[in-house]
Amino acid sequence: MSDKTTSSNKSLLNDAGTRALIFQIVLLAVVVFVSYYLFSNLQANLANQGISTGFAFLNQPAGFPILIHLIEYTEADTYGRAFVVALINTTVISLMGIVLATIIGVIMGLARLSNNWLVARLATVYVETLRNIPLLLQMFFWYFAVLSALPSPKNSIIFADFFLNKRGIYSPNPLFQEGFGIVIAGFILSIIASIAVIVWAKKRQTRTGLWFPAYWASLGLIIVITFLALAVSGFPIEFDLPQKSRFNVTGGMVLPPEFVAVLVALSTYTGAFIAEIVRAGILSVNWGQTEAARSLGLKDSLTQRLIVLPQALRVIIPPLTSQFLNLAKNSSLGAAIAYPELVAVVMGTTLNQTGQAIETIGLCMLVYGTLSLTISMFMNWYNKKMSLTER
Amino acid sequence: MAIEFKPSPSLPPPVNSVGAVAWVRHNLFSSPLNIFLTLFSFYVLYLLIPPVVEWGIINATFEGASKAACTGGGACWAFIGVYFDQFMYGLYPSEETWRINLALILLVILIGTFAIKAVNKLYLSIGIIVIYPIIAYFLFSGGVFGLEVVETSLWGGLFLTTLLGVIGIVASFPLGVLLALGRQSNMPIAKSVCIVFIETVRAVPLITILFMASVMIPLFLPEGMNFNKLMRVLIGITLFSAAYMAEVIRGGLQAIPKGQYEASDAMGLTYWQSMILVILPQALKLVIPGIVNTFIGLFKDTTLVYIVGMFDLLGRIQAATHDSSWLGTTIEGYAFAGFVYWAACFGMSRYSMRIERKLETGHKRN
Repeated sequence: MSDKTTSSNKSLLNDAGTRALIFQIVLLAVVVFVSYYLFSNLQANLANQGISTGFAFLNQPAGFPILIHLIEYTEADTYGRAFVVALINTTVISLMGIVLATIIGVIMGLARLSNNWLVARLATVYVETLRNIPLLLQMFFWYFAVLSALPSPKNSIIFADFFLNKRGIYSPNPLFQEGFGIVIAGFILSIIASIAVIVWAKKRQTRTGLWFPAYWASLGLIIVITFLALAVSGFPIEFDLPQKSRFNVTGGMVLPPEFVAVLVALSTYTGAFIAEIVRAGILSVNWGQTEAARSLGLKDSLTQRLIVLPQALRVIIPPLTSQFLNLAKNSSLGAAIAYPELVAVVMGTTLNQTGQAIETIGLCMLVYGTLSLTISMFMNWYNKKMSLTER
Repeated sequence: MAIEFKPSPSLPPPVNSVGAVAWVRHNLFSSPLNIFLTLFSFYVLYLLIPPVVEWGIINATFEGASKAACTGGGACWAFIGVYFDQFMYGLYPSEETWRINLALILLVILIGTFAIKAVNKLYLSIGIIVIYPIIAYFLFSGGVFGLEVVETSLWGGLFLTTLLGVIGIVASFPLGVLLALGRQSNMPIAKSVCIVFIETVRAVPLITILFMASVMIPLFLPEGMNFNKLMRVLIGITLFSAAYMAEVIRGGLQAIPKGQYEASDAMGLTYWQSMILVILPQALKLVIPGIVNTFIGLFKDTTLVYIVGMFDLLGRIQAATHDSSWLGTTIEGYAFAGFVYWAACFGMSRYSMRIERKLETGHKRN
C-alpha cells in the first residue's frame, strides 16, 4: 500500500513509533547505567569499609534483648529470630490497630451524622483535631505525657484483678489445663452448627418467606455448647492473677506502655480518617433509598442494615483499604517510642550492629511491600464480593 | 345589614415548636436514645472541660524564667516562652535569626505582588521559583556578603519543618508530573519504570525511605562525594512525595475527557505541546485540592525526621522537655506543638475546600 512508501519517504526521526522506540531505549540505557554506577560505587564502598554482604548475619547471635516478644526470645538467639519477633510485633499491632480503628471510625462517622446536635459536634471536634495533628506527636503524647504520668507499681490503680501503673496494664492471664481440647472442639462445633442454622434459615426464607432469628439463635448455640463443653471437661482453665508485691506487680498478663501507646495513637488517628470515609459513604447513598425502604415498611434499623449500609460499603471500601495500608505503614513510627517493631529492631539495632544497610533496609522494604500487597489483595477480594452484581 | 366575617386572630404556634425550646427538644431530646446520648455527652464535657480550663488557664503560669516560677499547680506556659526561639529557629544563632525572618517577609511580599494586575505573572513566577530559592539559600546558610556561615545542623524548629515541607512539595511537583505522564503513556518501558517507582515508594513507610536516605545514599556515592544530612533527607522526602504527587496528578489526567486529547491531536500538536497547552492546565486545576492535601500530609510527616536525628519543631520540643531544669513540662510542650500543627493543617484544609468550591466550573454534566 501507499502507507509503506510514504513512511519510507518520511524522515525516520519524524515517525512517532520510531521516536518512542529511541526514547525508550535511551531511558532504559540511562536506568541501567545509573543502577550499574550506583551498584559499583556500593561495592567499592562496602569493600573499603569492610562490611560483609549477604544474609549470613541472620544466623549469627543477635546479643540484644527485645522487651516485647510473643515467641520465646533471648539475647543468645539469632538475628533471624529477632527479625521474626519484630515481624510478629508489627503484624499484631497492625491487625489490632485495624480492628480498633474501624470500630472507632464507624462509631465516629455515624456520630457525625447523628441528629443529636451535641453528639454530631463532639464527633466533628474529634475528627478535626486528630486528623490535623501529626501521628508521631500523638504517640509521644500518649507515651511520654499520659502513660508515664501513671503511678508507680507501688501505687498501682487497682480495678478488680486489673492493675494499672507506669509499667503497663496487668490483667489475669488464662492458663489452659489438660482437657481444654474438648472446649476448643465444642467451640468449633458450635460455630459449624450456627453456620448451618444461618444457611438453613436463609434457604427457608427464600422458599417460604418465613423469617427465623438466625443470628440470635446461633449466638445462643455458641454460648450454650461452649459452656457445656467447659462443664463436661471440668472447667480446665485457671487464671494467673497479677499479684502486688512490695515494689512491683508480678504475674498476670502485661500490656507494656509502648504497646498501649502505639495502639491507642494508631487507632484513634486512623479512626478519625475512617470516620470521614464512613460519613462520606453513607451520605453518598441517595435519600430516596431510605424513603423507599420506609415506605416498604422497614424499621429504621433494618433500613440501615439492609438498604443503606450495603450500598454505602461500595463507596467506603476502596478508601478504607488505603487507610488500612496507611495504618500498617504508620506502625513503623512505634520505633520512635521503643516499641520493638520491624523498623526499630531491623533498621535500628541490627543495622547498627552489623552495618549491613542494604540487606536490612531491603528486608524491611520487602516486608512492608508484602504486608501492603496482602492487605490490598484481601480488600480487593472483599470489594469484589460487595460490589454491584449486574446482569 | 351585611354580616361582616371577622376571623379570629390566629393563635401563636405552640411554645414547644418554636424558638430555643423547640430547638432543644428537636436536636437534643427527640428520643430516649437521644436523651441518653445528650446526657452522656454533657457528662464527657463535664469531665474534660473544667479540669483543662483550670489547668491551662486559671492555675497556669504564663511568665517566668525557670520552673520555680510555676507555682500555681497548673500549666507552666513560661516554658514555651523561654524556649520559643528554639522552637521557631532551632539552634540557629539568635543574632542571625533576622535572616530567616527576612526571607519569610520577602516571600510574603513576592506572593503578595501576584495581586497587582500590572505585574507580569510569568516573570514573577520565575522569580519565585528560580531566583528566590537562591537568595533564600544564601540568606540561610550565609558565607556571602559577610554573612556568617550557619551550618545546616543548627537549622531546626518550625523553620526546618516548613523548609522540609515546602521544598519537598515544590521539588516533587515536576517529578510527580513526569511520573504521572509516564504512567499514562503507551510506551511500555517508560510506563513500567514509572509504575515500579511509584508502587515501590508507596508500599513502604516514609521512615524506611528516610533511613535509606540517611544511611544508604552515602554508600551509593563515589568516594569523597557526599551531601550533608539535610540534603539527603530532602532527597528522600522529595522522592517519597513525588510518588504520591504522581498519583494525585494521574487522577486529574484521567478526569480530562478523551475529546480533549483527540482534539489536540487533530490540531496537529505534538505530544508535549498538547500536554503543556491543553491537558496539564486543565488537569492541574482539577487536582489543586489533592496537591494541598498531599502537602498537609507531608507537613505532618516531616516530624519523622526526628527519628533520623534532625530537630524539627517536634524534635526541639522533645529535646526541651528532657531539659532537667524543666522536667514535668511535657504536656505543655506537646500542647504547643499540637496547636501549631493543628492551626497550620486545619487552615490549609479549609483553604483547599474554598479553592475546590471556587474551581468547580466544568466537567460535570448536569
